[in-house]
Amino acid sequence: MSKVPSDLKYTRTHEWLRTLPDGTVEVGITDHAQHALGDLVFVEVPEKGRKVTPGEPFAVVESVKAASDVYAPVTGEVIEGNAALANAPESINTDPYGGGWLARVRPEGAPGALLTAAEYEKLTAEEGD
Amino acid sequence: MARRTPLFAIHQAAGARIVDFGGWDMPLQYGSLIAEHHAVRRAAGVFDVSHMCVVDLEGEAVRPFLLKLYANDVGKLTVPGKALYGCLLNERGGVIDDLIVYYLGEQWFRAVVNAGTRDKDLAWMRRQAEPFGVSVRERADLAMLAVQGPEARERVVGLLSGAGAERALALGAFFGAEIDGWFISRTGYTGEDGFEIMLPAREAEALWRALTGAGVVPCGLGARDTLRLEAGMNLYGNDMDENTNPLESGLAWTVAMGRGRAFIGREALEALRARGLERKLAGLVLEERGVLRAHQRVIAPGAGEGEITSGTFSPTLERSIALARIPASASDQVQVDVRGKLLAARVVKPPFVRHGKSLVG
Repeated sequence: MSKVPSDLKYTRTHEWLRTLPDGTVEVGITDHAQHALGDLVFVEVPEKGRKVTPGEPFAVVESVKAASDVYAPVTGEVIEGNAALANAPESINTDPYGGGWLARVRPEGAPGALLTAAEYEKLTAEEGD
Repeated sequence: MARRTPLFAIHQAAGARIVDFGGWDMPLQYGSLIAEHHAVRRAAGVFDVSHMCVVDLEGEAVRPFLLKLYANDVGKLTVPGKALYGCLLNERGGVIDDLIVYYLGEQWFRAVVNAGTRDKDLAWMRRQAEPFGVSVRERADLAMLAVQGPEARERVVGLLSGAGAERALALGAFFGAEIDGWFISRTGYTGEDGFEIMLPAREAEALWRALTGAGVVPCGLGARDTLRLEAGMNLYGNDMDENTNPLESGLAWTVAMGRGRAFIGREALEALRARGLERKLAGLVLEERGVLRAHQRVIAPGAGEGEITSGTFSPTLERSIALARIPASASDQVQVDVRGKLLAARVVKPPFVRHGKSLVG
């Protein structure tokens, strides 16, 4: 069973969001998602200053077998991509909710439809873990 | 309903991720694909390859039959147990399948063909065998395990009788023999030393448990693919098929044109050669960050365009590699369209890795 921290918000496309004390949000992919992808070998994070809207592909994670888009969960401006992933993409496998974060975004306006941990857990249970 | 090997329950119990491959439910990986890959390069791994189709070809005219059917020359097979890799071609010179043929006796050869091409291969072989009076018998009673890696042979012989161990260790590369009731050959699809073992299906589980108990790491099709690509070995359906010919698939070395041999597809290949080959299958090493994947477009400046046929991240080289069908006149620098970005790649002659060592600098 994959981990779903209760203090985070989630999307139907397997991203997680953490609201930081300064109001910005940190975004990554969930434990369920990293497990489904397998060993990650390449990550492309968004550039600082890029404007994103919900549902827009803004990062790419590639495992040995396949490439997958990661979708921006909120409207806003990217303030930082996780540069450490260039040399350590496996951080997403080993620490998806910590060192494996992909980007920090300064949100504009209200976030879109996000899921609670309980709702996300239900979603992954339906998809099969 | 997909077919299952005699080891399916073991794979499932081990938590393997199961995928459909050529109509079979097969393990993709048990845990980390990269860890499985390194286990084969550095120690020993075991693969369930029971989905592959073993076919016994028997009859007085089996050699003349194979001289016609097979694009490689079974005339090279003079010592019992010797194996020969090659292709079945159609009349247009297209590749029906790639396979290994073992010479077991003057009236008995054994072919091992791909799972996904089983039906058409058997139909083709039976059709061609009829005038020769050769019987084409699928050995669905056999399971097959591939044990690969620098420590693989040591682990296998530990399970054999004293005399059996001695005989197995004496096998030269690309030789096989019946040993202790199993057919053991020094072959594989990883670029490492090792054995492939054909044995009665009911004995497969005990062998699997004995090997894994001896520290051999269970490996899935995911690692099998990264290992074979590093070893520069083609995968049927990706790197060649009925619409491509062996000469433009890096397989010219398996086509024996000498001695006026009249094999199926020869005339088409001669015509192709006379016209001049336009394409070649080459190795690519990505010089930038990213991952090459099948079907990405390759741009060869001044020579035209091509396409990646197999691409992956190489765990040994820690960068991306690929096989690509590109213009024959391409220089050693090309670009690949990777998700909308043109990335630089270097053209190399496969293999990329052999016996654990990088060959591409």
